[in-house]
Amino acid sequence: MKKKIPSIEQSMQAKGYSRRDFLYFCGVAAAAAGLSTTSLGQVVKAFETKPRPPVVWLHFQECTCCSESFIRSTHPIVADIIFDTLSLDYTETLMAPAGHQAEKSRDDTIKNNQGKYILLVEGSVPLGNPGFCMIGGKSAEQILKDAAAGAAAVVAWGSCASHGCVQSAKPNPTQATPIHKIIGKPVINVPGCPPIAEVMTAIVTHVLLFGKIPELDSQGRPKEFYSRRVHDTCYRRPYYDAGLFVESWDDDAARKGYCLYKMGCRGPVTYNACAVTKWNGNLSYPIQSGHGCIGCSEAGFWDNGPFYQHLGAFPGFGIESTADKVGTVATVATVGGIALHAITSNIRKQKLIRENMEESVTVHPFKGEGGADVEAAEAAKPEETKGGDE
Amino acid sequence: MAANPQTIPYRRIYVWELPVRLYHWINALCILLLCISGYLIGNPQKIFAANEAYQQYWFGWVRFTHFAVAYVFVFNFIFRIYWGFVGNRYAKWDRFILYRWDQWKELWDTVLVDVLQARVYGRKIIGHNNLAGFSYFVLFHIFLLQTITGFALYSSMSDAFLPRLFTWIVPLLGGDAWVRQWHHLFMWFFIVFTVIHLYLVFYHDYFEGRGTTSSIIGGWKFERDDNIKR
Repeated sequence: MKKKIPSIEQSMQAKGYSRRDFLYFCGVAAAAAGLSTTSLGQVVKAFETKPRPPVVWLHFQECTCCSESFIRSTHPIVADIIFDTLSLDYTETLMAPAGHQAEKSRDDTIKNNQGKYILLVEGSVPLGNPGFCMIGGKSAEQILKDAAAGAAAVVAWGSCASHGCVQSAKPNPTQATPIHKIIGKPVINVPGCPPIAEVMTAIVTHVLLFGKIPELDSQGRPKEFYSRRVHDTCYRRPYYDAGLFVESWDDDAARKGYCLYKMGCRGPVTYNACAVTKWNGNLSYPIQSGHGCIGCSEAGFWDNGPFYQHLGAFPGFGIESTADKVGTVATVATVGGIALHAITSNIRKQKLIRENMEESVTVHPFKGEGGADVEAAEAAKPEETKGGDE
Repeated sequence: MAANPQTIPYRRIYVWELPVRLYHWINALCILLLCISGYLIGNPQKIFAANEAYQQYWFGWVRFTHFAVAYVFVFNFIFRIYWGFVGNRYAKWDRFILYRWDQWKELWDTVLVDVLQARVYGRKIIGHNNLAGFSYFVLFHIFLLQTITGFALYSSMSDAFLPRLFTWIVPLLGGDAWVRQWHHLFMWFFIVFTVIHLYLVFYHDYFEGRGTTSSIIGGWKFERDDNIKR
């Protein structure tokens, strides 16, 4: 028997929240989704009428840091989105049922809410051997495909689900694959290891409010949070423009909080909201605590060489060969080749050089000037050249 | 040395037109500035480190130089491509794109004479020989790659039309870090090319004695009359 899904307001009332709490929640949700105060009315209306969407949260090859980040959303009422207002029907980490009951709960949600539930996926899927990740006797790939087929929206939490992350590092033994390469529908990629809790809740809120996915960039990331580089929003940016850099971890510049660019900070090549929303209740973010960004929300960050230098391994030239090393070797080899060529040319082309020398004519410093025909010039104007330098 | 009794007639040939010479020197200056500023951006040196941030903007100026000069470089290059269609026979596109068999045979001839030195004497070409033309063809592709990767890196900081055309390069190459990596490596191609280029100026000027160096300043080359096919 199919139950009628209550609206968000109804489910909040059932839990004992007052109308005031509900309106407060609407305001926070609107702010999290980046709406202006004038559209608050729409938010209230949506939450009064829209049924509370069921959520299926799948875990595959991951470390659960995305879940850990999410449940630490600092604003208590924002964290409540998932626990109180969303119907979190299946998530391995937090759900009440276990074993067959858990599997049934997931299957029921999918079956009874076709086209209505939100699918949140944490972790990459191994395509190499299904045995690397099996849950309840089904392969990760099969679970994902089954769950994605009827989902209203699919969100890829973290770098695992978005890009593959560390388990897909070369040579990627399990063939860990990001989910957008497996399912044939649009996926909201929320990269980061983990993503910022406030970003995660804001994206869920957006889907909840508007019933559609937020505006995405070419890599499937919400533009709202991933359109700017950490570098461009970093509070240490003025030191970069002034050319003041930390040279080593224990120098005076590090103490003064100068730019960490020379310490391999990935801020200039990383798109994320860390410097804006910050972490742990807007307290700090890696650069603020004195360590460079490692670019955890960028595809391939795990294979981009040491975290403390910009130019790491270069394909085909060994692990420690930077572009500068390759270039210097090439330049030195070229100079060597040129020196050799210059020497052999002078030996090999001696005959040519001799012939060129023979072709050369001796010209009197003054007599020779002004005309090709030296003899003729001398004959025509003998008085002009008299009393020359000799 | 005794005066040579035999008079050897030389002709002078206007090889490099003014637009070609201007292109060459603007390009040379741009590459010099781009390599210096680019290297500094990749490896900022510890200078003016005793000042406070409000007193200076030197790294910002280095980056500004790089971006501004890059635009000059690109439009100068576009102009050169245009001149490859309207310029004289020595500037034409078919000096760089070897589409005839005899051009490849001539290229091999140059390899034998000038690179491997298997032969002492070779055919003398007035403008670029075909090996040089082919090298510039490769170089132009590096120009193109450097332009594309450069604009791709710049696209995240600019709303301008031109850089925005290259945003799709970033995910294609695996993120900004890799675009930066390739952009950095291509710089070394310019450095290696310049080293060879300068050596060959000395080489050709000395062994051939027909004004190779001065030709890019004044435009004139000198050739023995009996070497000129008319």
